[in-house]
Amino acid sequence: MIELKNIQKIFYKNSSEIQALKNINLKINEGDIFGVIGFSGAGKSTLIRMVNYLEQPTFGEVIVNDQNLSNLSPQKLRLLRKQIGMIFQHFNLLESKTVFENVSIPLLLEGTDKNTIYTRITELLNFVGLASKADAYPDELSGGQKQRVGIARALATNPFILLCDEATSALDPQTTGSILQLLKEINKKYKITILIITHEMNVIREICNRVAVMEKGEIIEEGSLLDIFENPQQQTTKNFIRTIVHDEIPPVILNTLDFSNKNKLVLKLKFIGENSQQALLSEACYQYSVQPNILFANVTELQGDILGHLTVELNGTPENIEKTHQYLLQKNVGIEVVENGNHNNCTNNQSDS
Amino acid sequence: MATITTAQIIKAILETLQMVSISLLLGALGGIPLGVLLVLTKAGGIRKNTFMFRSLNNLVNIVRSLPFIILLVAIVPFTKLIVGTSIGTKAAIVPLIIYIIPFIARLVENSLLEVNQGIIEAAQAMGATTIQIIRYFLLPEALGSIILSLTTATIGLIGATAMAGTIGGGGIGDIAISYGYQRFNTEVIVFTVFILIIFVQCIQNFGNHLAQKARRH
Repeated sequence: MIELKNIQKIFYKNSSEIQALKNINLKINEGDIFGVIGFSGAGKSTLIRMVNYLEQPTFGEVIVNDQNLSNLSPQKLRLLRKQIGMIFQHFNLLESKTVFENVSIPLLLEGTDKNTIYTRITELLNFVGLASKADAYPDELSGGQKQRVGIARALATNPFILLCDEATSALDPQTTGSILQLLKEINKKYKITILIITHEMNVIREICNRVAVMEKGEIIEEGSLLDIFENPQQQTTKNFIRTIVHDEIPPVILNTLDFSNKNKLVLKLKFIGENSQQALLSEACYQYSVQPNILFANVTELQGDILGHLTVELNGTPENIEKTHQYLLQKNVGIEVVENGNHNNCTNNQSDS
Repeated sequence: MATITTAQIIKAILETLQMVSISLLLGALGGIPLGVLLVLTKAGGIRKNTFMFRSLNNLVNIVRSLPFIILLVAIVPFTKLIVGTSIGTKAAIVPLIIYIIPFIARLVENSLLEVNQGIIEAAQAMGATTIQIIRYFLLPEALGSIILSLTTATIGLIGATAMAGTIGGGGIGDIAISYGYQRFNTEVIVFTVFILIIFVQCIQNFGNHLAQKARRH
């Protein structure tokens, strides 16, 4: 549906070059809620604007619905843009117009007749839950309500893609949650493909099925939601995940551990999907007479899947501890041995759920 | 009043109103599009055109540098060509329009630049044409501010009409100068200035009121 091929974007400013995007390759399939995460300045905003050609690539191709955007005439490009909705961090509503007028603008541009506009806008305002605010002005609305107006406006022309440019970054966590649920509903009900850029990992966790991580103008990692959370490769990705999934042993506990004792071993276990629902650890400990001491535990829900983090101290003979370790490895549990407070990644982290 | 009659005052008020309203109307018709063009062709505008922007920008600056009294005299042949005479109220209106167009253009440019760039981006993302962006986004969002700009321009015009007396344009300002200032008649000066104050107050209040309404529609 959307394909970015070898995209480069260079901005020229006062005779110096700024490379905003480097060799971007990305494919977004129909029905995806695709999330692009990165710190500010990573090039996300430039990237999302490639899709509706608000920014044009210096090199490379943008393909939307089998159309190469560089080949489109200005008229054809405008027609395509009507099929691509966009919402913004700061909503970009007309302050001088009511909610109803704001939402009807895309239809006015098309010369739609008044009755059709009235029916369509009433339906949209009902859908986003703002029917009672039709005659209000934007400055009378909360941030969440403004974004709902933005969403209704973006949907007015029945687009097949919705671009979300940091759509929840100006909202409080609770409002963010309700806007994300609305986006999910739009994806399901209207079968609209959604591309989201954000710097908030919880946005990715809540609604995205595919994720790309951007850093310094490049996509450094890409995969399904579970792939990324389960087995992040890049440090930046790990840092982002750490903002919402805590798997660090609190320092207070770490200081009490004796790493030189051969009869003790500290393991960080990662359970995913099925494994998270089985009593693997207690089974192993029972089988090899090892005493587990749970130091830290955390469970994260990833849209129906479960990601569990567990840090345990195993107490027993060195041989039995090793057997337990091996048993857990066989069961596809992600394991890190904690030594001297450092996590030593020494295992098959490739556990499939 | 010792030296001027009520009929003279009424005539002068009507002359001022005539000069101000006609030159404001025609000045706005010229100045608003010029202001829009300046914003569109500016670096970062949606129809960037450096040559056009520089030309218009310089033209606006040059005309605005001319003191009105100089402009008034300098374009006498042009005025004669347009209205067939170089004296009287009609003749004063031509230089007033030339004077006010770049002034309005500059004020409108500033008003339009205040419009949130994000709104223009949203318009482009909706597939709006340049004309639609001006009609549905730029002008409605800037309307309140443009009305205040026109109010400022109107008051500027009242000031300029005082000098229209030089070519027999008449008006309140002319009475203030020729009957009051030049004949050392303090009473006339005070009286005419009082009328001008009422004019300016009314226009400013009316402008503020309209601008307030425009921000909500």
